[in-house]
Order: sequence, then C-alpha cells, then structure tokens
Amino acid sequence: MSTLIITPTAIEPEENYLNAEHTVKSWLLTVDHKRIAVLYLISITFFFIIGGTMATFIRLELLTPQGDLMTAETYNKVFTMHGVFMIFFFLIPSIPATLGNFLVPMMIGARDLAFPRINLLSWYLYIIGGCLALGASIWGGVDTGWTFYTPFSSVYSQSNVVVALLGIFIAGFSSILTGLNFLVTIHKMRAPGLTWFKLPLFIWSHYATSVLMLLGTPVVAITLSLVILERTLGLGIFNPELGGDPVLFQHLFWFYSHPAVYIMILPGMGVISEIVACFSRKAPFGYSMIASASLAIAFLGFLVWGHHMFVTSQSVYAGLVFSFLSFLVAIPSAVKVFNWTATCWKGSVSLETPMLYAFGFIGLFTIGGLTGLFLASMANDIHLTDTYFVVAHFHYVMVGGMVLAYLAGLHFWWPKITGRMYPEWLGRFAAFCVFIGFNLTFFPQFLLGNLGMPRRYHAYPPEFQVLNVLSTAGATVLAVGFALPLFYLLWSLKWGKLAGNNPYNATGLEWQTTSPPTTFNFDSPPDTSDQPYPYHKREVPVER
Amino acid sequence: MSANTPAIHGAPAHTAPTHSAPMHGHAPQADDGHAGEHPYGLAHQFDDVEQQKEAVTIGMWAFLATELMFFGGAIAGYVLYRNTYFHAFNKASGLENWFVGCINTCVLLVSSLTMAMAVFRAHQGDRKGIIKYLIVTMILGATFLGVKAYEYNHLFHERLVPGRNFDVPHHVINADGSIKAEAHAGDAGHGPPHFTPEERRPAMIFFSFYFALTGVHALHMIVGLGLLTWIIIRASKNEFRDGYSSPVEITGLYWHFVDIAWIFLYPLLYLIDRSGHVGH
Repeated sequence: MSTLIITPTAIEPEENYLNAEHTVKSWLLTVDHKRIAVLYLISITFFFIIGGTMATFIRLELLTPQGDLMTAETYNKVFTMHGVFMIFFFLIPSIPATLGNFLVPMMIGARDLAFPRINLLSWYLYIIGGCLALGASIWGGVDTGWTFYTPFSSVYSQSNVVVALLGIFIAGFSSILTGLNFLVTIHKMRAPGLTWFKLPLFIWSHYATSVLMLLGTPVVAITLSLVILERTLGLGIFNPELGGDPVLFQHLFWFYSHPAVYIMILPGMGVISEIVACFSRKAPFGYSMIASASLAIAFLGFLVWGHHMFVTSQSVYAGLVFSFLSFLVAIPSAVKVFNWTATCWKGSVSLETPMLYAFGFIGLFTIGGLTGLFLASMANDIHLTDTYFVVAHFHYVMVGGMVLAYLAGLHFWWPKITGRMYPEWLGRFAAFCVFIGFNLTFFPQFLLGNLGMPRRYHAYPPEFQVLNVLSTAGATVLAVGFALPLFYLLWSLKWGKLAGNNPYNATGLEWQTTSPPTTFNFDSPPDTSDQPYPYHKREVPVER
Repeated sequence: MSANTPAIHGAPAHTAPTHSAPMHGHAPQADDGHAGEHPYGLAHQFDDVEQQKEAVTIGMWAFLATELMFFGGAIAGYVLYRNTYFHAFNKASGLENWFVGCINTCVLLVSSLTMAMAVFRAHQGDRKGIIKYLIVTMILGATFLGVKAYEYNHLFHERLVPGRNFDVPHHVINADGSIKAEAHAGDAGHGPPHFTPEERRPAMIFFSFYFALTGVHALHMIVGLGLLTWIIIRASKNEFRDGYSSPVEITGLYWHFVDIAWIFLYPLLYLIDRSGHVGH
C-alpha cells in the first residue's frame, strides 16, 4: 500500500498558540480562534460522551422485547436526552465550532476571525446552554422527544421542559454568533489575491452553513420561546384546547430543524472535499459544481420542511410541492457524491485513516440520502412515518455522514492542531470498527422499520428481537470504534511523532504555516498565487 | 461581492500580518502615539481601518437579518391566526388603545431621527454632539417603554393578559338563547365590542401574540438603551475620533431596526379594524 505521510524533518516551533501562555485564565479568556476551537473540541466531546451513554442505555433496553431495564417513562427521558445532546450540543457545533473555528481564518490567510471576542462569547453561551440542558436531564429529565411537539411539551408533559428549552435557546445564539463570524470573516478577511473561486471547498461549505445558521436558528428561537411562555403563562398559541394550532409549531420547528440537518452535513461535505483531493493527489473534479452545490443545498434546504409533516393536517397539495422540492435536494447532494468519486478516478489514491473515513462517508451518506427519497415520497412515508426506518435513515446521514466526516477531519488536521501524528495502524483499525459497527447497528433498523416496528417504544413484539440483538451488537463495536480515537489521540499529544508543517504534502494555506501554528497563524504572508488544489505540481508520494 | 478591492488591501504596509501586533480586541487604546504604524481604533485581526469598518457593518446587517427571522417567525404565526379567526382578531384589536400606540409610534420615529443625528455627529468626531443626541434618544426610548408599561397595566386591569383570568366582554346566554347578563363589560362609556362564545378563545390568542410580539420588542428596546449607555460612556472618554465611529453607526442600525419592527407591529396589532366597515 502506498503511503504518503512524510517523515518529519521539521521540529516543533518553539512558540506556538498552545504554549504561548499557560495559565487557566489564558485559556478561559482567550480570543484566539485556535484556542476557542480547542475549548469547543473538549466540550463537544464531553456532550458526545453523555449522548453516547444515553444511546448505550437505549440499545441495552432494546436487547430484549420486554421493558426490563427501565420503565417507559425513563426510556422516554433517555431517548429525549440522547437526541437533545447529540443534535444541539454535538452535531450542530461539531465541525463548524471546532475544525471550522480552527481552519476558516487559516485557510483564508487571516490572523483571526472578524470578531474574536464574539467567538469567545459564543463558546460561553454554548456552555451555559449545555449546563442548563444537563441540569434539566438530571433534575426531572425531559420526556418530549428532541422535537418538543406541542401541546404535549407546552401543556401536558410533567418533566423539566422549560429548563431544557432555555438551554437550547441559549445554545442557539452560540450557533448564530458562530455563523455571523464565519460569514463576515469569509467576506472581509481573505488574504490579498484570494478570490472567491480560489477558496477551498471547506470554506464554501462553511459559508453555506453560516447562512443557514443565521436565517434558520432565530425561527426556532422564537418558536421555543413561545412554547416556554405557553407552558409558564398559559398562552394558547399551540394549544388546541384554547383554539391554537399544534401543527403551526411543527411548521415553525421544522423550518429550522430541517435546514439544521444541512447545518450538520454541509461542513462534513467540506471536510470530505479536502480529504478526497489530498489522498487522490488531484484537484477536486468540478470545483465550481461542488461549491455551488453547497449553496444550492442551503437554498433548497429552506423549502422542504413540510416533508416532516405528511401525516399531519397539512394539505395534500402542499405535501406534493414539499415532496417535489425534497427530491430536488437530491440533485446537488448527488453532484457532490459523483464529483468526489470522479476525483478519485485516475488519482493516486492512498488509504490513510482520514481517507478511510472519507470513503465511509461517501458510501453511508449515499445510503442515507437515497433512503431520504423513500421518505420524501408521500405514499411511502405514510407507511414508514415514526418507524425505525426513519431512525436508520437519519442515523445514516448524521452518524454515517456527519460523525464520520468529523472523525475524518479530526484525524486529517490533528497534526496541524497539535503538531503530533497519531498511530496510523490504530487509526485505521478504529475506522474499520466504526464502519462495521455502524452498519451492523443501523442497517437492521431499516428492516425493522419496514416490518413496522415503531420508534420511541421501550418494549416490542418478540418477532423483532433478532434484528434488535444485531443492532445492539453493532452498537458495541461502534462504541469501541468511538472510544479508540479518544485514547490514542490523547496519547499522541505526548508520545506521537512530530508532524512537521505539512505531513501529507497537502495544498491549502493552513499547511504553509507551522504545526501547531503561532498565535497569529502566519509569520509571513501566505502564498495565494496558485489556483486552488495545485496537486499536479506536488511531487508524487513515494511507494514504500 | 469582492472583498479585495485595492482600497482595502492596497497598502502593502498593512497586508503583512505582523506577529507582534498588539492584542487589544475591539477597544481602541486611549493613547495613540503612532497613528502612522497602527491606525487609531484598529483591532489586531484587521489589516486596515476600512476593512474593519466594512466587517463591522456587514456583521450588524447579518445580525439584523437574524432579527428579521426572529420577529418573522412570530409574525407568520400571527398572520395564520389572523386569517383563521378573522372577526375575533378584529374585535380583539379594537380593545387596544390606538391613540396611545400612535403616540408611541411618533416617539420612536423621532428617536430614530435623533439617533441619525448622533451618527452624523460621530462622523464629524463631535463628542458633545454625540452625547447630546444620544441622551435625547434615550429619553425617547424610555418614554416609549413607560407608555408601554402604562398600556400593559391597563390591559392587566381589563383582564386581557392571557392566562386563567383572561376574559373579554361578552354576553351570558340563557338556555333559550336570550341574553341574560353582560359579563365583564370592560370600560363603561366607550362601549367595547362584544365577543360571541366562539370568539372568546381566539381573542386570547390575539393577546398572546400581542404580549409576545410587543414584549420581545420591548426587550429589544431595553437592550438598545443598554447599548446607548455604553456608547455615551465611550463617547465621554472621547473614543470616537480620527474617523473611528463604527460602534455608533452599528448601534444606530440596531436602533433603526427596532423602530422599523414597531412600524410593522403597530398596524398589525392596533389598526386592523379601524375602518368601521369590516368585522362585527
């Protein structure tokens, strides 16, 4: 197998952003985008572990048909907190707040984001929101599902809904401020000569993500505030008993929460574009198509929310339009998949850990996306609504897509972030564990859903047991795959090989500076003269 | 849109990111001994004053787009119920005091004018002018909030605050369909419209939106007053000079946005049935 990691000759820079200052205060009051990225990295890992623990309990309960591990009420709270933590406190900030925060200024040759202090504020808002959600789950829990459908959430639920909603509301502002910072930074902070079509695709996808964060998040903010007010003061906006319309809540909620799916997946697509190009030693096939597909996904993403509501009182004609528009989103998504595949064609492909994750992403995202089309067909959707088919579909996109892309990016830029290499064979082993464990966990759920097993129940008829046991077994392998990077990445901080400035001989401005970079990123202005991804000019890696 | 106009990145002296650039965030240093090397008010992450000014302005406009969607979500809900419960909303809106709302509209419009004057003075670097106009703006903003408090208090006494005690003027109907008594007549004298039994619950939805929308708006006014206080303090330290006025400008943008939001809320909540030809 060819490998392209170059044995580092460079030594670690004496002064970098990690060792510039050492006090706890210097971390908690930092305005350096790289340090804030590290703060985010630690905090989202914490919430990922909590969400993952909840998932473990879910899979253990579903090992047997009877509800023997926990009561139905406890189960409701466990899957709700799994959803809340994973979506609002892991997936939405995952790539933008960590890799995005670290890389957006570096990829465009800037010293920092446009508003460094707002960047820090956004991390604090995230932490406050996360603590509130955590508090809600410890004191009373929340049993509404992460979707908070009214009137259950606004009137009847006996659990701690208000505090959890407040947490999500505050975390939403963290997301808005991150989007605002990226948007302004990409518009105004690019290095001289770095025109729009010279930008890395990572930047394009983060630009599209920022627009979604800015225009979608406020709508869910006002919606959740109205639910809080309805619950505390007794407004009647979503309560049918008082003449309100519960379906209005679903419209407003999905107006954000469907674009939120693209907030989660678009940055992942940006990561994959970088990695596929680097490990194929080729510029991405159809650069401008991939870039505009990001914008098209962002635009169309705002027009498809009604496909979550085919079984409500929404008019059939509205349903037809939403169905059609949902099919349209498949076009830019497929453009990306085809272009990544074409990038590999006749490329000098090597299978380092990030590339393994990237291939995993392409395959699993394709399955997740195509099953989305099954659900976008109205007649099919009526059969599949609220079954495990839906659960499998969005886990293929969110875990098979987004989490794999996050791991791919984390491994790819780990040498840049820390200056150290992780043990390659362990990385590959973990990538295999994740891929095999993931498919074993979630593919049976497609079958379960098609057989009619409904989601969100703690007990099920015995005929579904075999597939559920398979799923729980897969989850165990998946957990090993997720736990391994936690250990070897931490290990590499002290004992990993020094990475050098550019261990993959990759293009992109972030590789022109030291690893880890200095506080202001570049000691001399980065060279922006080349077209994007000039891999044809880089030497072909040596066969070893 | 291209960010890289020669005007921004043209001067090579500023394009090279300097490792030793001082870190002082957005707050400009009070002492400014070497304007040639490091322009007054320039934060470390920017190359030059022009870039900083454009970034800050775009940032505020993007934030206002967010605000637009925030109010937009609630207004979309309002429009839905306005169509579903057309007559009830007409009558409920009739319980608002349009004249007091009109006074408040005028107060806010004048405050926008004084805000614009303050920005104009900031461009001139006129410290006293900035402070004078901002204080007038703050007085007008506080007046608006005072009038709003008066209205809320009045609605509270009229039992028009959503919740268990909410009630609107209506007839109590006997079993045979005749009118038995008038319940909760409201202010005697100006004869409020009577709500049919089906219209009583939708009336509460109207007032739910009334309090949600005006409440969120008032919250924005309070934030605005806080921002103005901050700007006044900075102006009193003479921080807005040598062409540095971005904080005043973007606070002005925010203030104008909050005014414009009210310009939409006033007709939606107070004026939907003032022609006398619709409803009833």
